[in-house]
Amino acid sequence: MSAATLTPPVGKRDHAAGPAGAPVTLVEYGDFECPYCGQAYPIVKAIQARLGDRLRFVFRHFPLSESHPHAEHAAEMAEAAAAQGKFWEMHDMLYEHQRALSDRDLVAYAAGLGLDAARAARELEQGTYEAKVQGDFRGGVRSGVNGTPTFFIDGVRYDGSWADPEGLERALSDAT
Amino acid sequence: MAASLLQPGTPAPDFTLHSTPDQAVSLSEFRGRPVILAFYPADWSPVCGDQMALYNQILPEFSEYGAELIGISVDGVWCHAAFAHERNLHFPLLADFEPKGAVARQYGAYREHDGTTERALFVIDGDGVIRWSYCSPVGVNPGADGILKALDELAGRSAEARS
Repeated sequence: MSAATLTPPVGKRDHAAGPAGAPVTLVEYGDFECPYCGQAYPIVKAIQARLGDRLRFVFRHFPLSESHPHAEHAAEMAEAAAAQGKFWEMHDMLYEHQRALSDRDLVAYAAGLGLDAARAARELEQGTYEAKVQGDFRGGVRSGVNGTPTFFIDGVRYDGSWADPEGLERALSDAT
Repeated sequence: MAASLLQPGTPAPDFTLHSTPDQAVSLSEFRGRPVILAFYPADWSPVCGDQMALYNQILPEFSEYGAELIGISVDGVWCHAAFAHERNLHFPLLADFEPKGAVARQYGAYREHDGTTERALFVIDGDGVIRWSYCSPVGVNPGADGILKALDELAGRSAEARS
């Protein structure tokens, strides 16, 4: 079997933190209700802080809603926040409140971030971002995402353990 | 280990195994449709859990190919029942329990030294012929990209046959 490579590659539809021209790009496929993703969240944050402008970090949705009943709506709320310019603020908010992700909680977070919460609630109810989230999911499956979180470094799946922050950081540094 | 796995082009050995205490499933029931056979080492172990959760989530995509997914391990039916219930799994888990691992052995997917099955995947076509097989290291969740690629090829092949 060929090595798992990212399809589609990082592009305009993605949420990216860090310069587009950064020497290395880390992509995470994540689920806001997944406890392992919750553990990876501060690890990625710390690596972002250390690598600074040398790293571009991209987040794509991979909600395992059969295991995590709130994951799909949490992902859609992140997209609703993105539509109002606050994807990363919502991304952080969700990972910092993984145990409270009911629809009511999600709308409260939108309000807390100063978003138009009524609009976000309406979009959540109407499934405005369902296709976007499912698009991420399907792309992830094709790319060889095998659970959450799954990381890709410059488009190639990272099969080392993310729970070893030094190893992940070394792999990123080696790629720069 | 992977070398002993049944290879593409081989007719898939038929079998009948229990999926629940009072229900049995035969491979031959699925003639006419592709079957994905996923051997995995054990219910409840962390990697298997992830792998089955992933496949459970992708079931709608497998259905688009008309494909049936079947999980197989040496765990017994009651263990499978508890695992499927707890993980909300919507596909059958078969118990290769007695004689232990007999089906896995036929597919070259039995691990003698630890008494479990390999993490082995087979895609079988509607005529009951293996079209793709893959053995993943036991600790590595193989994902689903290989399965989908094999189903793509199968769909392409049957489209050609029809035209």
